[in-house]
Amino acid sequence: MPLDLNKVSMPTQEPDKRVKNFKEVALGFNEEMAVKEASRCIQCKKPGCVAGCPVNIDIPAFIKLITEKDFMGAANKIKEKNNLPAICGRVCPQENQCEKRCVLAKKGAPVGIGRLERFAADYQLNSSCENPLKAKSTGRKVAVIGAGPAGLTCAADLAKMGHEVTIFEALHVPGGVLMYGIPEFRLPKKIVQAEIDLIKQLGVTIEVNSVVGKLVSVDELLEQGFDAVFIGTGAGLPYFMNIPGENLNGVYSANEFLTRTNLMKAYDFPNAATPIRVGEKVAVIGAGNVAMDAARTALRLGAKESYIVYRRSKDEIPARLEELEHAVEEGVQLKLLTSPIEILGNEQGWVTALKCLRYELGEPDESGRRRPIPIKGSEYLFEVDTVIMAIGQGPNPLVLQTTPGLDLNKRGNIVADEDGVTSKPGVFAGGDIVTGAATVILAMGAGKKAAKAIDDYLATK
Amino acid sequence: MYRIVNKQELAPSILLMDVEAPKVAAKAKAGQFIILRVDEEGERIPLTIADCDTHRGHVTIIFQEVGYSTRKLAQLKTGDYLLDFVGPLGQASEIENYGTVVCVGGGVGVAPVLPIAKALKEAGNEVISIIGARNKELLILENEMKNVSSELLIATDDGSYGHKGFVTDLLKQVLETREDIARVWGIGPVVMMRAVANTTKPFGIKTIVSMNPIMVDGTGMCGACRVSVGEETKFACVDGPEFDGHLVDWDLAQRRMAMFKEEETIANKIHGCGGECTCH
Repeated sequence: MPLDLNKVSMPTQEPDKRVKNFKEVALGFNEEMAVKEASRCIQCKKPGCVAGCPVNIDIPAFIKLITEKDFMGAANKIKEKNNLPAICGRVCPQENQCEKRCVLAKKGAPVGIGRLERFAADYQLNSSCENPLKAKSTGRKVAVIGAGPAGLTCAADLAKMGHEVTIFEALHVPGGVLMYGIPEFRLPKKIVQAEIDLIKQLGVTIEVNSVVGKLVSVDELLEQGFDAVFIGTGAGLPYFMNIPGENLNGVYSANEFLTRTNLMKAYDFPNAATPIRVGEKVAVIGAGNVAMDAARTALRLGAKESYIVYRRSKDEIPARLEELEHAVEEGVQLKLLTSPIEILGNEQGWVTALKCLRYELGEPDESGRRRPIPIKGSEYLFEVDTVIMAIGQGPNPLVLQTTPGLDLNKRGNIVADEDGVTSKPGVFAGGDIVTGAATVILAMGAGKKAAKAIDDYLATK
Repeated sequence: MYRIVNKQELAPSILLMDVEAPKVAAKAKAGQFIILRVDEEGERIPLTIADCDTHRGHVTIIFQEVGYSTRKLAQLKTGDYLLDFVGPLGQASEIENYGTVVCVGGGVGVAPVLPIAKALKEAGNEVISIIGARNKELLILENEMKNVSSELLIATDDGSYGHKGFVTDLLKQVLETREDIARVWGIGPVVMMRAVANTTKPFGIKTIVSMNPIMVDGTGMCGACRVSVGEETKFACVDGPEFDGHLVDWDLAQRRMAMFKEEETIANKIHGCGGECTCH
């Protein structure tokens, strides 16, 4: 049979329809589509995809099980390495990881590994399956700080090794960015909830409303009988540009805009009590995945026009291609090679416009992307009534300030090695709190490595 | 779930609740706050801690019914449960022996002043307190404040009790007659705190205010609670809530409080109680 160089396309809600609701955009494969896509895999002897996966899922093996219609087996195969497959199948940047290394990518479209992962994981979530067996107890206790992707992964792996794990979560629900940040239309919250419930079934205890650094310190956790601590507190401090007018009414951080909408369900206001205010013309500053989420959310909340304002060109946009394409299909407009230098407001203190400069691209900078250079005298006004800052997040300092002996780098991130080992004995760290804002799967990979390192540490103690 | 072990009406629409939260009670210090949620659809409501009983594990909150969410909270009874209760959040007050200090509380703002006055007294300060309300009926915690103060002065807007006028009138008198005031705390509505800061400024006395901007998570994650202090943007939830009142950009603070005014009106209308009715 000749190789099919095209991916089975993903069924999606039509753009004009989906922009009016918060339901999931990508609908997922049915069994027939999944088997057809899986049969495109040529089962390489030395699979590049596995090496490209931050948690090293045995990708050819699970795909083979799909071709054999053993969907449950496929899901279990993924779960040997990945505790959150329904989430990863949706939000991983596969095009830069497993699918980038797929041998088919040299000639055509790589195998849709992400779509297949999602299919198998969803199949399992929708079937009644037996509770996972709890591992034999080692009698060792580990505290995990933060129930985001890094913490959940670390906790699940530790529980599978037989350690008693308690996760301390600051918010009122576990999930971290999966709950407060990534919108419902990209990652339904009931999927996140279902995968977290499975982790609880492994024996992991999750204590919500527990702000480590305030309610209890890392040293106190160690004194209270935890043998090790994993810090996975993420990138929870929004950056602003420090330009005039940033505190006007109508200027949000992307974190606030998305938290109100996702975690607090402001899209269902006034049934849900938390309000959100979106104007007619929204400018999102930045062009990462968070920016795309904010711009698409704004349209769903009723904005007439939603813009991505980015100082480089389309080629440098850091968001996943799929997110950018979905955003543009839905009517998000790109204002490229431009960036605000001031936000203007009216007498009541509400945003009325951005004062912007135009940019051109120069030589590549240390990130390898061409450096944006402001064009002198190119100032112009861009009328908007809502501004969302999506230019990145830093480390939240609450845990760090109250943990003596923990080395931090210049940006305030924890210094940790590949395995999450920090300068403080018994304290491990991974995810965005170490690397700065990155992806869900990289945080999961870090949580996984740290779990292994913690297990080794406990064995020597 | 967090049980309400005691509920009391201190004044019309001002309520006190003791909530069972032993871990929070064990850690809370004067000046810090908690965030609570009544139910699954509820807002995260930030409230300054009014008192703690570490022995029983209770945290006392005092709040005024001002909108949909606080009205819903007010409907709960002793024995009912709050869905979420997280804290202690924010930085604690800087308590040390300054000598003589003045604590000023306006309206429901007397509640957060009480633990600060108490802690200041315990640290050896002479505490002069000034509390006020619109009228006698709305004045809260008079006896409690008396117990922690060497002198307690009272003002009501309508003169139904104590001095007729504002707490700042009394504050000015104190500052003019006593030369040894080392520090002033002023907590209450934004306009009142602003007036306190304006009153103390000519005297050059450091004045601490407790900002209560709109918040969501309360842990530094969303930045909704931005305040400008000495030209620098601060997050009230993690950098505050207490700041130097002479450095706060008060115009900005007042404008930002109005961010969701229209939405509040909608919520009140939809939920059948816009304050124009007589349902409570």
